[in-house]
Amino acid sequence: MRIATANETYLADEALLRTRTQWAWLGLFALVLVAAPFVLNNYWLYLACLVAINVASATGLNILTGYTGLVSLGQGAFMAVGAYTVAWLSQKTGMPFLVNILAGGLVAAFVGILVGIPSLRVKGLYLAIATIGASIILQFVFLNWSSVTGGARGLAVRPANFFGTSLTTYFQLYWAFVPITVLMVVGAANLFRTRIGRAFIAIRDRDISAEVLGIPLLRYKLMSFAVSSFYAGVAGGMWAYFFRAVGPESFTIVESIFFLAAIIVGGMGSILGGIVGATFMTLVPEILRFGVELASPYVSNAGALLSPIRTIAFGALIMLFLVFEPQGIAEIIQRVRRFFHLWPFKT
Amino acid sequence: MRAPMTPARLEIDGLSLSFGGLKAINDVSFDVKPGTITALIGPNGAGKTSMFNCISGFYKPQHGAIRFDGEDVTRTHPPLRAKMGFARTFQNIALFRGMTVLDNIKLGRHAHMKTNIFQALAYFGTAAREEMDLRAEVERDIIDFLEINHIRHMPVAALSYGLQKRVELARALAMRPRILLLDEPVAGMNREETEDMARFILDVKEEWGTTILMVEHDMGMVMDISDHVVVLNFGQVIARGLPGEVQQDPNVVAAYLGSGDPAALMKRLAAGTSGGAEAA
Amino acid sequence: MSDFLFFLEVSLAGLGSGALLSLTALAFVLIYKATRVINLAVSEILMMGGYFFFALAAGMSLSPWVALPLAIAGGGLIGAIVERGVIRRMLGESAISVFMVTVGLGSVLVGLVEFVWGTNPRTLPDFTGTAPVFIGQLYISRKIAIAFVVASLVIAIFLLLFRYWRGGVALRATATDQAAAYSCGINVPGVFSAAWIIGCATAAGAGILLGAIGGISPVMGAFGLSALVVVIVGGLDSVMGALVAGLLIGLVEAWAGTYLGGEYKLVSTFIILIVMLMVRPYGLFGTTEIERL
Repeated sequence: MRIATANETYLADEALLRTRTQWAWLGLFALVLVAAPFVLNNYWLYLACLVAINVASATGLNILTGYTGLVSLGQGAFMAVGAYTVAWLSQKTGMPFLVNILAGGLVAAFVGILVGIPSLRVKGLYLAIATIGASIILQFVFLNWSSVTGGARGLAVRPANFFGTSLTTYFQLYWAFVPITVLMVVGAANLFRTRIGRAFIAIRDRDISAEVLGIPLLRYKLMSFAVSSFYAGVAGGMWAYFFRAVGPESFTIVESIFFLAAIIVGGMGSILGGIVGATFMTLVPEILRFGVELASPYVSNAGALLSPIRTIAFGALIMLFLVFEPQGIAEIIQRVRRFFHLWPFKT
Repeated sequence: MRAPMTPARLEIDGLSLSFGGLKAINDVSFDVKPGTITALIGPNGAGKTSMFNCISGFYKPQHGAIRFDGEDVTRTHPPLRAKMGFARTFQNIALFRGMTVLDNIKLGRHAHMKTNIFQALAYFGTAAREEMDLRAEVERDIIDFLEINHIRHMPVAALSYGLQKRVELARALAMRPRILLLDEPVAGMNREETEDMARFILDVKEEWGTTILMVEHDMGMVMDISDHVVVLNFGQVIARGLPGEVQQDPNVVAAYLGSGDPAALMKRLAAGTSGGAEAA
Repeated sequence: MSDFLFFLEVSLAGLGSGALLSLTALAFVLIYKATRVINLAVSEILMMGGYFFFALAAGMSLSPWVALPLAIAGGGLIGAIVERGVIRRMLGESAISVFMVTVGLGSVLVGLVEFVWGTNPRTLPDFTGTAPVFIGQLYISRKIAIAFVVASLVIAIFLLLFRYWRGGVALRATATDQAAAYSCGINVPGVFSAAWIIGCATAAGAGILLGAIGGISPVMGAFGLSALVVVIVGGLDSVMGALVAGLLIGLVEAWAGTYLGGEYKLVSTFIILIVMLMVRPYGLFGTTEIERL
């Protein structure tokens, strides 16, 4: 059992990880991340890359929805903005992929600010609906601004260019994506050790009194939109390099619901929650696929049923977690931790 | 040592606020002198909280002016007022339930900090330095001062009512107040908690030299610690002066107890149509 | 045929689908008024209504006049199950959480439909006849005309019930103040259930009408998105608003679809939404919520 932790300096007390156990877990996790590409086969590397992309985007949505309390059903559309930007840049310029991805993030951030403007007047459910509206308008733009977006056919993406090398295999992309995602997650965690993150949480908890305490609401709401959609844009950029084609069907409202589900299942307002939720939700279809493959000898056209089963599972997970575990998997992890801290005295 | 903050003078000049046809505040004027404790009292619905909401910028009065060290702030946006040195607590505690005590207090400093979004994402460097300075200052000047060391890492939702009120005061102090607005700082507290809070408020005045304006119903505490008392009824000032003087004022006694004279009572009720129900 | 005549025909068709929008919006309003929940799954319950009818009338070869009430009752049954099983457990949770539960529910229903019937669009067995209707020289599709008449009737009945029937008064009382209504002896949980059942049944009915016009498919819930815009534009808690805004949006969609092109239909609706949210967030007839410190 652990009695208490004492820290000698404020810096240590405010560090992201405060105990040795936490550092040990992190070390282990880092080791796994580094070793993974050498151990995993191509299929699992594919999944690992997808997880990295989704974690980045879910973490962004968590900043907006989990921490700032602004529910958005537009995360998919922001990803699309990043993906289209990267696709366009990859065709028109020969710039390194990092530059393109950064540009994707910035363009998405700009669009995010525009979409956030209604938060000047509305919040809560109304804002959520406004983000649905914005997604549909963006979808319209992707479909009809053919000279830039390629219209219904979409755009092909040239392989990521890293100092002259083309990143095409999952092994290469893994080394590109995972560090980006790690940086973004650490950045998000940092945010909530500073005045900016505190302002976000204050807006979530009681936005009117936050204003009297010196937080200009609109500026911070827009900032949250910008950061969140920057994350989505970068994730969308990675997505573009991963799938090598972007079209109007790539990011629908279903994608936005996926990310909302990820942070609900993982835990809103928890960095760990965003990571766990996105990972879990990315792997759920694979688990389902496994189940369907087991069932295929007995059920005809089992393969065709995979997609509906996935849709049902996403919806059911959202409902189950909201009803029974609103704090998400992150809260379950906390409970397990507490159990071991108090063990063997309280079980 | 604590950065010296010069206490401010607050002047309320002919302030009027109405909701529809309802006059919550009707031509109210009074001064709050630098470095003093002024109490704003009056029966329920007298317009005290509306007054506070005007001063902190949540309501926009239709007439009159609020001056802060001579500067007209009547139309100033609330966050800007916070930066100028307005700090307040709320009648129904407005702490941020998703944060720890320490984060709530640190939040108070928001307007005076400089970390931007890029520095925040990177943390190391500017942001870390600013946060550490703040932490050291908060620990030294506020947490020790208000004796809340033992709860600093607790989520505020887990605290007793009295402690929550104290954390709210701590957060207001972190705002580098030049004027501190306390909305019913001891409402709902027991004897002991009230005495603690009264002591802290006096200490703030003496050690920090901050100007304090408070709304309070606990007459014992008001009479004990305030330098000056302003009495509101139906949105108007009916008396002002030293605590002792106000206590003897027949208008005040009548306002609180109601006069025995039925005719006078009827007249007050009739006047009540233009007097305000306390909003918020 | 003159351009003006054509314009009138387009407008009539717009009013027809506008009436369907109003009817669907009514389902949103009913549920919101009673329980303060925006039930995004109304869109999918609308779709379920269409599929129930399809299953009963085409799959089990029942007479459409038997299948129709059964399918509507099926929608009501979903409402009852969801309200008792899920929504009531969420009492006291934030409106956003409950909203997201309905997002999840919508996903489950779409999945179920794809699971059972696949993703291909289907046509409903005809039960309305096909002979076109003429008003003077103006041609209107018979189904749209029927949809308009039925939707108008249902809305009129609802308006009357709200005003005069005890249950309608109980609903309005609950909408104004749940605690006060409860202490006046109004069976608030009963009102909750009733609102969900009637709301979902209404949506299912709208789904059958919609399916009769344009067929059914797992993506027909998108119609509910337009209806959601109607609710926001009209005011979340206003039946009158649903009616007026429904016809308005119906007209706009018809004009945009005809004169600009089909792809402009949905986008013009949502541009109206964004403008409305910026200018008058609580809608044409909605109650403004006042914020307090």
